[in-house]
Amino acid sequence: MEFNAIYVIVAREFKKFIRERSRLFSAIARPLLWLFIVGAGLSRLVPSDTGVSYTQFIFPGILGMTILFSSIFSSISIIWDKEFGFMKEILVAPVSRLSIVVGKALSGTIVSTIQAAIILALFPILGFNLSIVQIIAVILICAFTSFSISAFGIVLATFYESYESFSVIMNFIVMPMFFLSGAMYPVKLLPEILQICAKINPLTYGIDAMKHVIFKFETGPMSPDIPLIIDAAVIILTSIIFVLIAGKAFERKG
Amino acid sequence: MSIIKVENLVKRFSDITAVNDVSFEVEEGTIFGFLGPNGAGKTTTINILCTLLAPTSGKAFIAGHDCIKESAEVRKAIGIVFQDTTLDKDLTARENLIFHAYLYNVAKDKMQQRVDDVLRFVDLYSRKDDLVKKFSGGMKRRLEVARGMIHWPRVLFLDEPTLGLDPQSRTNLWEFIAELPEKNKVTIFMTTHYMEEAEVCDRIAIIDNGKIIAMGTPEELKKAVGGDVIYIKTTDNASAKNEIERLFKFNVSEKENEIYMTCGMGDTCIPEIINTIGEKVISVRLQRPTLNDVFLKLTGKTIREETSSGNDIKDFVRAYRKRH
Repeated sequence: MEFNAIYVIVAREFKKFIRERSRLFSAIARPLLWLFIVGAGLSRLVPSDTGVSYTQFIFPGILGMTILFSSIFSSISIIWDKEFGFMKEILVAPVSRLSIVVGKALSGTIVSTIQAAIILALFPILGFNLSIVQIIAVILICAFTSFSISAFGIVLATFYESYESFSVIMNFIVMPMFFLSGAMYPVKLLPEILQICAKINPLTYGIDAMKHVIFKFETGPMSPDIPLIIDAAVIILTSIIFVLIAGKAFERKG
Repeated sequence: MSIIKVENLVKRFSDITAVNDVSFEVEEGTIFGFLGPNGAGKTTTINILCTLLAPTSGKAFIAGHDCIKESAEVRKAIGIVFQDTTLDKDLTARENLIFHAYLYNVAKDKMQQRVDDVLRFVDLYSRKDDLVKKFSGGMKRRLEVARGMIHWPRVLFLDEPTLGLDPQSRTNLWEFIAELPEKNKVTIFMTTHYMEEAEVCDRIAIIDNGKIIAMGTPEELKKAVGGDVIYIKTTDNASAKNEIERLFKFNVSEKENEIYMTCGMGDTCIPEIINTIGEKVISVRLQRPTLNDVFLKLTGKTIREETSSGNDIKDFVRAYRKRH
């Protein structure tokens, strides 16, 4: 692995992220809309039997959504790089394909984690009282989940050559991943078939881990669905698996 | 010493053979031109040499390294300017170069200096902090050449470097490229379908339908066409034609009110011809062969056409007229 190459791939993405303020703005706007408009609307329908309002319940899910969209968006930029030729500059360099993939996944991780941290900073407004340990734990979960989702995004990006495919990815992969992640409703309340779908979705485990850390209850309909240790194992395992698949796919397709 | 060595290279895509048994060598420190029409197999060959594509069969070596088995070594030894821009338009000129320097593991203490040096070399130092999207086509190309040079490559590939540039930028770029081997101790491997641009090359290979059909210096190739062409307009073309054929044993043809003939040394032939049929002559012009003529002679088509038409000679003459 070439650390110089990984560093510069991350630095490029970060520089562009800082420069494009509109990208940051819209990335922050989406979760805010869901949290304060969809959340506020639905909280009137949902009884809060565990002392947690619906808006509070979806908070981990909205952090997950922030990660999902910005990680996939960051990885999909590979398709832009292919379209505008910049990918060739990277591919022809004396750098292993694995370094390129790790660099890209870390880019997505950093950009997504920053955005998630900005949303996380809203916790006092939502009536949470989080300790510094909880905050650090949530940010760490965000970082690992971002890495896993970014690596998944890179695998997707290797299959597509032009950015027309962007809406296909958005509608048929990203939106279902969001709705079947336990973000908006507990996985345990879903019909059986959808529960299976949710369980093969890596985002589910990231959001569930955040529920463990943010909520103080372990029972009831709004409680976490999966043991924390399994959440952690799945996030780390999928990160490794997706990076390796992406590395292989890159080698083959160039 | 040969820095590039290609042996019996073949690349087949599902139904077409893009590169068909190509072999050549390139001397270190020279400019080697790969000429041919669009779709002749130039870019495919470059992609194989640059390790972006595996050949169906055959071998390729750069600086002694196998392009297939030692791709990492080959990549370190080469710089590339692709046909299409491969810059990040949302970064500045300098950031694009720094990115490249990191990818190629240029030592950190030398990086800043090297990036400034290549920027000065391509005359873009004053624009170093501007975003690339503000650059003109010519500036982008120069920046790409600069980028290709950062890691001191031994071979610099230029794939159609002047494509889409205006005539002035093209001329500037060629002057600049012609100086590269001496100033930077680098070998240039370039492709173009503009024949006249290949004049800067030390050696040229002409490729058509995936095969090399001629190779040599520009002078050698032009000689192979058979020398200069003399065009004469006379008051009586028929009798002038007869007289010249009788006295000089030239094969004289007539086209659009002119008679023309090919001879080895046009500048000495003209006075002799004028001496014999002088009173009939209205105008004389001499046409030296160009690489375009070489291509025409070898393939029966001009290089800009994808397929040869039935009106080759008419196009040939028209092309001559346009240029003079």
